[in-house]
Amino acid sequence: MLAVGRAGAFRVLSLAAPGVPAAFRPGTFVVASPGDDRLAARAWWIHRVDPASAFGPTIEVVVDPGSPSGAWFADLAVGTRIALTGPLGRPFTLPRQPVAALLVGEGHAVAPLLALAERLRARECPVTLLVGARDEKHLLAVREARRLVRQVVVVTEDGSVGHRGVVADHVGSLLASSSAGVLYTAGRPDAVRAVASIAASSDVPSQVALEVPMPCGTGLCHGCVVAVVGDDAVPRQVRACTEGPVLPGHRIDWEALP
Amino acid sequence: MSAPGLGALRLDHPVMVASGCGGTGRELAPFVDLDGLGFVTRTLTRHPHPGGAMPRVVESPSGLLHAVGLHNPGLEVFLAEELPWLVRAGARVVVSFCASTLGEYAELTHLLASAPGLVGVEVNLSSPDADGVGAFDAREPFHAASAVAAVRRELPADLALLVKVRPDPVRVVETARAVRDAGAGAVVVGGALAAAMPDGRPAGLSGPAVRPVATAAVRTLVRTAPEIPVVACGGITTSEHVRDYLAAGAVAVQVGTGLLHDPTLITRLVHDLEETS
Ligand code: FES
Repeated sequence: MLAVGRAGAFRVLSLAAPGVPAAFRPGTFVVASPGDDRLAARAWWIHRVDPASAFGPTIEVVVDPGSPSGAWFADLAVGTRIALTGPLGRPFTLPRQPVAALLVGEGHAVAPLLALAERLRARECPVTLLVGARDEKHLLAVREARRLVRQVVVVTEDGSVGHRGVVADHVGSLLASSSAGVLYTAGRPDAVRAVASIAASSDVPSQVALEVPMPCGTGLCHGCVVAVVGDDAVPRQVRACTEGPVLPGHRIDWEALP
Repeated sequence: MSAPGLGALRLDHPVMVASGCGGTGRELAPFVDLDGLGFVTRTLTRHPHPGGAMPRVVESPSGLLHAVGLHNPGLEVFLAEELPWLVRAGARVVVSFCASTLGEYAELTHLLASAPGLVGVEVNLSSPDADGVGAFDAREPFHAASAVAAVRRELPADLALLVKVRPDPVRVVETARAVRDAGAGAVVVGGALAAAMPDGRPAGLSGPAVRPVATAAVRTLVRTAPEIPVVACGGITTSEHVRDYLAAGAVAVQVGTGLLHDPTLITRLVHDLEETS
């Protein structure tokens, strides 16, 4: 680990990770396990990569020290060696044509969206970013985002910055005003469900990066299943770590998710 | 290495992939060279099993609790979609399976008998929650032996017949003798200990916590019934652990939960063993 930075309530860990930046695409993640006595892996979205920093290829992940395993990672000393595996998982699919895109994230789930915004911009897609959080301290990457995308809308539950409320309150109107042709979102199932449903009812396709526990991250344990409905309307299960974490929103069987 | 009892399952080194922790093989391939590797599939059943409710895998001190509920695509889908890939990748494939009746054991073995490229089968009699998943109850050695006899009758002699029994130091000898007499080539001692999820659902406990228990079972078995070849499984994360099991008399080992923690583990173990042998 090269450095631990602060971003409000979050920590941004910079890690030397040879090989990861080259294969990175937005939405992919790395896993690491906290110690030999804790056996399940923890998945972290890759926030940013630098293929050629002064320390060689590096990545950044965002950690919430308020969560039990997040505290473990956030407290590690600079210089600690961590066994990382990644990048893993299926990334966001990028549109072939330049279409307007709405990106929606809350709290640390904004982490994978910034790199996505960059790649969308490179394809000349006008990007609107809707960022939500409990309060000002839990807002991530708003300043960088302002430089990067056409429009940034901020929502906090306590109203300390931007509009008061939750992101779902604004998805409908932003889909309309930005004429978005696609919606991208990331977060826990309970957090992104409303966002994806609004996209569905507005006939806008969505790409959802699901945050579910991933005990191995590599497809071996079958501990991360998500119920989906195939093109053939047949329900089946996929693993969030290998067939996801990014899934088309209309495929996800929200009723079957915790 | 041609370990006793393993028949067609020839191993270049004593480390195999344990049932349930190698995915379909494709997931492991980026981390481990499957060519020549003994690969035991997740436990397959006659019909697809959608598996248990979430959460399915939860940490506990020194072990992982799991209630995956035999999630698998069913034997026929496996044979059509997964086996050919594994065989092409060079894996020495052993199909782990379990059935709900003796007749179904015979039927599944019949399907497996002609599967191209297969080198052996592993009858899974060590599921910690046989009732919950509708598997034949093989807790009594007599019943375990009946299941193995049903498999033996249908299985070609050149395929290895492994039987996985619970790592139970108290009953392992009886069970191992019974299944050996019924035709098992080797006994795999390992698998999960019976446990409960935090919410009370039946679960298995795997990982480091199992190693001392499995070690006791392996030692007891090797001492009491030295004629039975034993494959040891439980809590292996270092080459020391492998050596300890081999020193206790195991002919080979299987690595499971450790792969969830570090998918490159087998590569590392094999390398370490070669360095110091
Ligand atoms: S986290 Fe283990 S299979 Fe997905």
